[in-house]
Amino acid sequence: MASVTTDTPIHSNDPAPRAKISQQAIAPWLFLLPAFIFFAVYVIIPIFQSFYISAYEWNGLYSPEYRAVAGSEMTDLECTELGNRAARTEGCEPTGENVWTGEYVGFENYRNLWSDPFFWTSLKNNVIWLLLYFLAIPGGLFISLFLNQKVFGMRLYKSLFFFPFVLSQVVVGLVFSWFYLPNEGLLNEVLSWFGGPRTNILGSNDYATYGIIAAGLWPQTAYCMILYLTGLNAVDPEQIEAARLDGAKGPKMLWYVVLPQLWPATFIAIVVTVIGALRSFDLITIMTNGGPGFYNTSVLAFYMYDVALSEFGFRMGYGSAIAVILFLIMMVYIAGFLWKMWRDEKG
Amino acid sequence: MRSIFKTGATALAAATMLSGVAYADGHGVSGPLRIFSDMSNPAPRAVMEDMVARFTAENPEVEVELVITDREAWKTQIRNVLQSGTADIVNWYAGNRMAPYVDAGLFMDISDLWEEGGLTETLASTQGSMTMDDGIWGVPYTYYQWGVYYREDIFAELGLEAPTTWEEELSNCQAIIDSGRACYTIGTKFLWTAGGWFDYLNMRTNGYDFHMDLTAGEVEWTDDRVRATFENWATLIEMGAFIADHQTYSWQEALPFMVNGEAAAYLMGNFAVAPLREAGLSDDQLGFYQFPQIDPSIEPGEDAPTDTFHIAANAENVEAAEAFLLFVASAENQTLINNGDNLGQLPVNANSGVDDDEFLNAGFEMLSNNAGGGIAQFFDRDAPAEMAQVAMQGFQQFMVDPSTLDQVLQILEQARGRIY
Repeated sequence: MASVTTDTPIHSNDPAPRAKISQQAIAPWLFLLPAFIFFAVYVIIPIFQSFYISAYEWNGLYSPEYRAVAGSEMTDLECTELGNRAARTEGCEPTGENVWTGEYVGFENYRNLWSDPFFWTSLKNNVIWLLLYFLAIPGGLFISLFLNQKVFGMRLYKSLFFFPFVLSQVVVGLVFSWFYLPNEGLLNEVLSWFGGPRTNILGSNDYATYGIIAAGLWPQTAYCMILYLTGLNAVDPEQIEAARLDGAKGPKMLWYVVLPQLWPATFIAIVVTVIGALRSFDLITIMTNGGPGFYNTSVLAFYMYDVALSEFGFRMGYGSAIAVILFLIMMVYIAGFLWKMWRDEKG
Repeated sequence: MRSIFKTGATALAAATMLSGVAYADGHGVSGPLRIFSDMSNPAPRAVMEDMVARFTAENPEVEVELVITDREAWKTQIRNVLQSGTADIVNWYAGNRMAPYVDAGLFMDISDLWEEGGLTETLASTQGSMTMDDGIWGVPYTYYQWGVYYREDIFAELGLEAPTTWEEELSNCQAIIDSGRACYTIGTKFLWTAGGWFDYLNMRTNGYDFHMDLTAGEVEWTDDRVRATFENWATLIEMGAFIADHQTYSWQEALPFMVNGEAAAYLMGNFAVAPLREAGLSDDQLGFYQFPQIDPSIEPGEDAPTDTFHIAANAENVEAAEAFLLFVASAENQTLINNGDNLGQLPVNANSGVDDDEFLNAGFEMLSNNAGGGIAQFFDRDAPAEMAQVAMQGFQQFMVDPSTLDQVLQILEQARGRIY
């Protein structure tokens, strides 16, 4: 953290140097406090709660708590044991509190995950997403090189290429599901011109995931393109000039002169692409709802939602176990990212 | 799903004394009454608002706070509402869909209201589906039939009659396919439509009681009788009875196939009639028949999902809530809200009248006189939530590729072992 300096030097005859110093020490923390509180409440504490809940079997519901009315023949214990009948029993009254109904099962949820084929399908799809999403980086680089010219109307072309990134993921998902429609869809229309067979991409166990990834790549490529366009502005023209004098051109120029200078942009592009690949939930929900069949296009985040929070999902503990696994996988990446930041800052 | 409550509840039930509340006449109640409803589509919303208006006219001392939530969103929001204690009355569904909230003690047992309000007679037909764990947990306000809605004009063109037996069904279907159409439209993207097909095929192949045992987890999914159901289904699938690519469509997106005449029929609930009429099909073109029998020795069972009102266990104004439930259950109210101008569905109260509509009459006739096997709620309301989810995925998988049947049944059987 950068140290705080003020314009006024602290003189020994200052009326209250002590107060000033402590002010300087406290002020940054005070400014950080709201962020810390929200980060703790919405991120840190829920992480530990997920760990905790993953050791329980719990349907996500709390039950109202009952106690005996003073002076009645019932006891608190009897009222509690009446359970769903206590509300109608004379002598018992609700305390206004809710009690947690989880049951401790230790590592049972994790053992079940291990033998759960849908968990492995989802994990496999996560890996496919991560790998294929990286295509957005060379794609974005290519388009940005192509657009980095001085031609009349170039700003318009740039905005058109950037357009998909402005759309919400839900809209992208809808547009692509219409594009893939088995009868009226544009894709099949085009395929039929070339005599290709009609395919129902999103209805096929084999292609559906790839179809969704292609939809996701559309805005992601635009994002990488913008990153590279800004990066290209910062490329040193003198170095290009010097390289040209030395006879470098084409791929050599790109690889040895331009790309190294684009490294900061590439780094950010990698970071946002990994994050984008893990945010695939909304596209999957819109385009296939996890199907066809048994979770064929599901990823871990979708599977977690489906078992714990969806219309038929009542397995909070199991969902938390999936969340923990997802968290641990992300940790590897986050740790790598932090390490790299730390190394860069050091020197 | 286990509950900390199950133990001891039955043991102490004998010692339970019912609270003496004056609900017999329903008048004289007062105070605020908070109702959370999922009747968010235009017609149901108007019905709900009208019911509240008529109830407050009868009970001017009650101030109703009505919150109407999107019907789909409500399926997950009900958890928060019930636990936060912000509602006195909520909408939900009959059958096993009540189980999580009954087990967690979030619904109030209103057996005594049924007893003393005379509901055990007027609502007798649905008492079973409202009963769980020796209690009755709500009152129904409407239900609707399922069955085959078909294009009468296409059937007439091909010289076909509505089938009553499996042989007629298959020969009809073959004739329809030969004319270049699909027999049935269906959209299985959101899975439950396939649940309807399974319900009917299984109830016709093995009977209502078997179907109930299966959804209650007492029969193995790998059982030969279950396989027989799937074999009948496979016969239809393999002859090309269903539209292609159904896994990509929602049930609404499957409607145009029937409207355009690319498919001749649709196995659906009565709520499909309204959009079909709006799309331009006249009552001359649109017909209804009961799902044909497969095994003549089996009494037909029918799906008729029931929608309900419940009192929250932590309700603050129980007297007013009970008065409202009695009001909802009354014959007069049910006749009104279910007529063609309102919900266009069937009233549950035995003393209420059915509106004069071709399809409502057909449905009422079928459920009253020709559902000797029994009345089921629907697959996703009869089976526990988790089983419903995985089984309906399996049905879709099977419909897309019938050769995966063994694998599907294995997965369902494993799920059964875990869930029940």
